[in-house]
Amino acid sequence: MTDPILSIRHAHERFGASRALDDVSLDAWPGEVTGLLGDNGAGKSALVKCISGIHALDEGQMLLHGAPVTLTSPAAARAAGIETVYQDLALFDNLSPAQNFYAGREIAGPAWLPRPLRFLNKPAMRQNAAEVIDRLQVRLPHPDTPVAMMSGGQRQAIAVARATVFARNIVLLDEPTAALGLREARKVLDLIARLRDAGNAVILITHNMEHVTELADRAVVLRQGRKVGELKPEAGSRQELVALIVGAEQ
Amino acid sequence: MVGQEGKGVVPQGVVRGRDPGVVLGLRLLSIGPLLILGLLVVGVALVTPAFLKPINLGNILAQTSVIAIVAMGQQLVILTRGIDLSVGSNLALSTVVGGLVFQASGEAVPVIAAMLATGALVGAINGTVYVYGRLPHPFIITLATLSICRGLALALAPGHTTMRGMPEAIGALGAQSLLGLPLGVFVVAAVAGVLLVVTRLMVAGRWIAAVGGNPQAAVSMGIPVKGVLVATYVISGLCAGIGAVVLAGRTDAASPVYGQLLELDTIAAVIIGGASFLGGRGHLGHALIGAVLIGVIRNALNLLNVEVFYQMVALGVSIVLAVEADVLRSHLEARARVLQARAQ
Repeated sequence: MTDPILSIRHAHERFGASRALDDVSLDAWPGEVTGLLGDNGAGKSALVKCISGIHALDEGQMLLHGAPVTLTSPAAARAAGIETVYQDLALFDNLSPAQNFYAGREIAGPAWLPRPLRFLNKPAMRQNAAEVIDRLQVRLPHPDTPVAMMSGGQRQAIAVARATVFARNIVLLDEPTAALGLREARKVLDLIARLRDAGNAVILITHNMEHVTELADRAVVLRQGRKVGELKPEAGSRQELVALIVGAEQ
Repeated sequence: MVGQEGKGVVPQGVVRGRDPGVVLGLRLLSIGPLLILGLLVVGVALVTPAFLKPINLGNILAQTSVIAIVAMGQQLVILTRGIDLSVGSNLALSTVVGGLVFQASGEAVPVIAAMLATGALVGAINGTVYVYGRLPHPFIITLATLSICRGLALALAPGHTTMRGMPEAIGALGAQSLLGLPLGVFVVAAVAGVLLVVTRLMVAGRWIAAVGGNPQAAVSMGIPVKGVLVATYVISGLCAGIGAVVLAGRTDAASPVYGQLLELDTIAAVIIGGASFLGGRGHLGHALIGAVLIGVIRNALNLLNVEVFYQMVALGVSIVLAVEADVLRSHLEARARVLQARAQ
């Protein structure tokens, strides 16, 4: 068996008096989807924020390919190959899909200039973005249309596609289908399967049991900041998962 | 940046999910201010033939150039969802500091340098206090510097009043013209050229647009949001400094009472020109068109012997109409989104 790409060891995180994470450990393997489940306030968001570099862990360790890392910013997380698809998508409505893809990591030169003063290589960014959109078979209006003009599903697809451009290790998806209709959700699930097939470790945060049992290779359940279970989801284990999430057994 | 759609280019092959009414509406809104400017010029020219006389047109351009320069800086600030209320007082303080330097040295270069440095410094203070002082809105700090700069300008000016005289090179900005155009127009063009390169071709411009479009996402995407914000206020302050040079040149004087209500004029220019208060929407053209539009409205009302008070009323009404057009635009965009979803 291969080694996990990402390991969280004994993570603790506090916000004031409340414990957002209490001794949570988690592994994510390449080519696998790890479902992260839990009720509101169970600690999913806190965990996402730690992995994506927004918050540092108060205690505990994060290992990337077995080596300890400290992620001090979202930029550091992205440099480490961790891509996050945020629940609010983090898209720029006023920018085109290609501009969204490269916001914050523009292809620009010459290298001797300070970053803000470098000149954008617009053709390269536009072409790369078009290739990705094509490969993922996302149907979009004209490539220069700002994202504001696109439907919920198209926007979600753009956010996922952005992650696929840069994902080298880990893709974190926070409720990627929550705001979508059935057909649009299906497309996004297909995109997630592609990300997994490309060898990424995918961490999928969702409320949707169907999507977990369909896509996830393992499901980790959080409750009140603790990890209360990890199992292989199947059609028959839905009851068990729900029981873990709401804590019905205790 | 806003890319192609700002130029009104019709996307090719995008029939699917498009309502012709929505598309037409959005296109009309994007060229609206230019259209209104054109109609206004034609209308005024028909009513008062004096309007089209070269000397009158030259006057409009000369009067508009200060608003246009400062409005371009204001536009960048508004692009990031901010506002710079201090530009008028900043301009007055910059002329006064320049005037003092002139009295001391008599040379043009130190005077210009002093004005530009004063403007940029006030901008840097605005940006730094806003960002690192964690103020909820730039309204507060720029309102404070509006008061501070005006007070300092009045305190520093000898006799608390206008100081006559500027170096010849600066005075030429007002006295001389090139190719029939006042020199101030060329300053406008130079500022526009530099800002065009920064906003359209450079990474910095993309960052400014991104911060305006979604500040939270900009943080997530690793854009140095704080630096970008401070930079926009420095640019706005610098533009006020450049405006100070042009105004001092045109009037051959420095004065602590310059730039009264310039914040209103520049904000109005940006909004009337078609930029959005909603963040991330707008380009330099909006500031320039808006500035000329204001100049033409004022000039037309002057020629028609309308009392000056009604000019202020007209400006206020134009602002409301422009913001309503902005609201209508976001409504049409929402409509376009729904149509996209249905077409899927």
